[in-house]
Amino acid sequence: MDRKLEQSRIRNFCIVAHIDHGKSTLADRIIEQTGLLTSREMQAQVLDNMDLERERGITIKAQAVRTVYKARDGEEYIFNLIDTPGHVDFNYEVSRSLAACDGAILVVDAAQGIEAQTLANVYLALDHDLDVIPVINKIDLPSAEPQRVIDEIEDVIGLEAQDAPLISAKNGIGIEDVLEQIVKKIPAPGGDSGAPLQALIFDSLYDPYKGVIIFCRVMEGTVKKGTAIRMMATGAKEEVVEVGVFGAGQFIPCEELSAGMVGYITASIKNVKETEVGDTVTDDNNPCEAPLPGYKKVQSMVYCGFYPADGAKYPDLRDALEKLQLNDAALQYEPETSAALGFGFRCGFLGLLHLEVIQERLEREYNLDLVATAPGVVYKVYKTNGEVIELTNPSNLPDLSVIEHMEEPVVSAEIMVTSEFIGSIMELCQERRGRYLGMEYIEASRALLRYDLPLNEIIYDFFDALKSRSKGYASFDYDIKGYEESRLVKLDILINKEEVDALSFIVHSDSAYERGRRMCEKLKEEIPRHLFEIPIQAAVGGKVIARETVKAMRKDVLAKCYGGDITRKKKLLEKQKEGKKRMRQIGSVEVPQKAFLSVLKLGDD
Amino acid sequence: MDDRLELYFHIPFCVRKCFYCDFLSAPADEGTIKRYMEALLAETAGSALSYAKYTVSSIFIGGGTPSVAPVFCIEDMLGTVKEHYSLAQDAEITMEVNPGTVSEKALSRYREAGVNRLSIGLQSADDKELASIGRIHTWEQFLETYTEARKADFRNINVDIMSALPGQTLSRYRNTLEKVLSLEPAPEHISAYSLILEEGTHLYDLYEKGMLEIPDEDTDRLMYQETKELLARRGYRRYEISNYAKEGCECRHNRGYWTRENYAGFGLGAASLVENVRFKNGTDLQAYLANSSGCREDVRQLSREEQMEEFMFLGLRMTEGVDEGLFRRLFGCGMEEVYGEVIGKNIRDGLLRMDCDFAGKEERAALRRLSLTEKGLDVSNYVMAQFLL
Repeated sequence: MDRKLEQSRIRNFCIVAHIDHGKSTLADRIIEQTGLLTSREMQAQVLDNMDLERERGITIKAQAVRTVYKARDGEEYIFNLIDTPGHVDFNYEVSRSLAACDGAILVVDAAQGIEAQTLANVYLALDHDLDVIPVINKIDLPSAEPQRVIDEIEDVIGLEAQDAPLISAKNGIGIEDVLEQIVKKIPAPGGDSGAPLQALIFDSLYDPYKGVIIFCRVMEGTVKKGTAIRMMATGAKEEVVEVGVFGAGQFIPCEELSAGMVGYITASIKNVKETEVGDTVTDDNNPCEAPLPGYKKVQSMVYCGFYPADGAKYPDLRDALEKLQLNDAALQYEPETSAALGFGFRCGFLGLLHLEVIQERLEREYNLDLVATAPGVVYKVYKTNGEVIELTNPSNLPDLSVIEHMEEPVVSAEIMVTSEFIGSIMELCQERRGRYLGMEYIEASRALLRYDLPLNEIIYDFFDALKSRSKGYASFDYDIKGYEESRLVKLDILINKEEVDALSFIVHSDSAYERGRRMCEKLKEEIPRHLFEIPIQAAVGGKVIARETVKAMRKDVLAKCYGGDITRKKKLLEKQKEGKKRMRQIGSVEVPQKAFLSVLKLGDD
Repeated sequence: MDDRLELYFHIPFCVRKCFYCDFLSAPADEGTIKRYMEALLAETAGSALSYAKYTVSSIFIGGGTPSVAPVFCIEDMLGTVKEHYSLAQDAEITMEVNPGTVSEKALSRYREAGVNRLSIGLQSADDKELASIGRIHTWEQFLETYTEARKADFRNINVDIMSALPGQTLSRYRNTLEKVLSLEPAPEHISAYSLILEEGTHLYDLYEKGMLEIPDEDTDRLMYQETKELLARRGYRRYEISNYAKEGCECRHNRGYWTRENYAGFGLGAASLVENVRFKNGTDLQAYLANSSGCREDVRQLSREEQMEEFMFLGLRMTEGVDEGLFRRLFGCGMEEVYGEVIGKNIRDGLLRMDCDFAGKEERAALRRLSLTEKGLDVSNYVMAQFLL
């Protein structure tokens, strides 16, 4: 497929939607109906090719696919469908993917209507000057109300929606309408193939054979084999080995990528850190005047420590992190040591989902048993001597006497909720130290709440709490707003009078008591009885604020060992012995790994 | 291995299932019981040849409630043993009986048939407590049985009692202990267990539904403490985790289980250990009635490691502990070569103790015994689990 197609027949677009409104299914149908793949080749969801993504129903890494559509006007059009991650953790990646597009399809569920992410995504698309085509999905549901949703789109977003295709992506209804609208309503890309090279990186992938594969949209100029490219932000320089376009699930080499095209570049680059999302690729011998706007250095928002359950696996963990990082520029890590957990790594993530995904991949793909410490955000500590520390590990908090004040990251959140749950959601936000900014009614029965919330309060279990308090009817989106001063303290946990550094965390002074008490309770449940009594204490600045006690071991049950049948007795002993594995020694106390995890998941009960 | 053999007979019948019981036992009609006893005799006689080289050192007739079987069945059973096995002159022959199921006449006939030790299930001296756990008898009925047993010339009697019963308080438990100790003459042997709520029992179901009040852990512990202290004061030696006996009255049969003597179990679900092979009969009554000699299941030759494990965790149940020299003779290596680390750690924790008795002999011959300390007995499972390899 290396024939050169006219720029005017290219359509670069993405699909945006609230979670579960059918984005991936529509993508599948588009790929299917443009005929590039036979049905037999279709996996259930072509675009999500990591196991994890399929199980969670979310898309983690942006990807792209190129298909050929023969339109009703008889011409063949090139569609470049760029997939975007659907989670707030990856907002920046989303924005770069959008920047690579000229239009967007907005999928809205015909029964549920507009949700928080619908709004967030559509505003993001409009911010990037994309032409947005609304599509009403799931019209075959009994509860579908397409006209209500069309009106809602017009009223709330202000998008013309009367001729929005009414489709069922699942059952393949109305897909052709969508394809025709893509041709008619999404503009062909601009750009001059003869100008100096200017290409936007919207994703990259590490391949053990080819090195880093850069996913890019060429805005101006042309790139081909042999071009000496330079990443304008990182400064990395290499010679292009190959360029090509995206088949479904495969890379198809081509002669060159010129203005308006979406494709990939390989150039023997060893690390995705050199090809950051948002950076501009240019020709080192004929550079463009300025990089494309919008580049931001990826910043970790959430930190936690990963420790191998088995200390001997430390090198394995290091290797695994190294490999994951090849593919994930947003993952950061550095070695750290904990008195309680031994050698491990402090890792930085875009958000809690990112953290969970990495943890799961380490455990699943690399077979590592991990102990993760409580996740925390990055605090700014202003010392009395004028120094400012960015604190990622609570253990490194300087002595209180030298701290002038501390700041924590705050997000602006938008929560969409049906009116019956407004009260309980406001209550939740209040509990999480939210600052109420306002409320707008989207329609008679639904409102959009705006709050500023400390990031610290939403990284644990805010999502779950939101779901349970709204019976699943609330949706949520947020943006990092900045840092604000806050009364923060370090909460320490002492097991048998010994401070467990891995369990320390920073918390607002108002919630210290409550959190400390709950942690002690949870640990009491999880720590098995020992030969001696074990006090579990929560302390702030050396002062104990909560305490629980694990009683000394219960006398063993005096069971009858009947008629010489000892198999049952042996099973009991075996069970007891089994339980002793997977323990961490803290002083003279054996703490099961589960205890660390349960503290992390404090909000689940 | 020496050539002693213990025999166990299982009688899986009772008048009514107690609320805590999860043993293999159930009420049955007399016809079934008789057919079962015939099958049991057939199994016993049929196995005699394979045990020809052994001398039977003890017999235990357990259940269920063996005394629900017609008396002649027990007589026939012991007759079969005498006919087909070589029975030691001084063999200990124990039978379990429950109050309310035996007459004085029956007791005399058991005694005549050779039974020389009785184990009576009392559990509690408090009628309310007895009712709450589904026992069919009262304290008064126990007293009758006990008196009749003495009259029938039983000089070695065990009484089973239980602590941590529903609604039991420390003082009520103490009362049970006192009443048992004030029997005239007092029992030679006392087994004291705590109530354990086993899945599938009536009490367990009640507990799950929140309808059962059982003493809290601290009270349970105090009861246990009380048992130890009171029985010690009254001249009973605790020779096993939950068994107490007057001098010389330890149950030889049960000791055999902890010292891994050879034993053959007959009857439904009965377990055996013969020359380091463990096996069990199946638990299907109809299958057993149809062919009692063909019900062996789970035949398992114990590996050397398994033998070591058993030697340790069974032996440590006895307060005298395990004999280091015997371990060496059996396994050809020192106990510390295998368990050095575990032994060291537990001695440091005060849970195990190693006693040496040089008794004027050279060091090699010194008697060394490893046993649980008082503190170790309290948490025996914790210690024993560490001896699994």
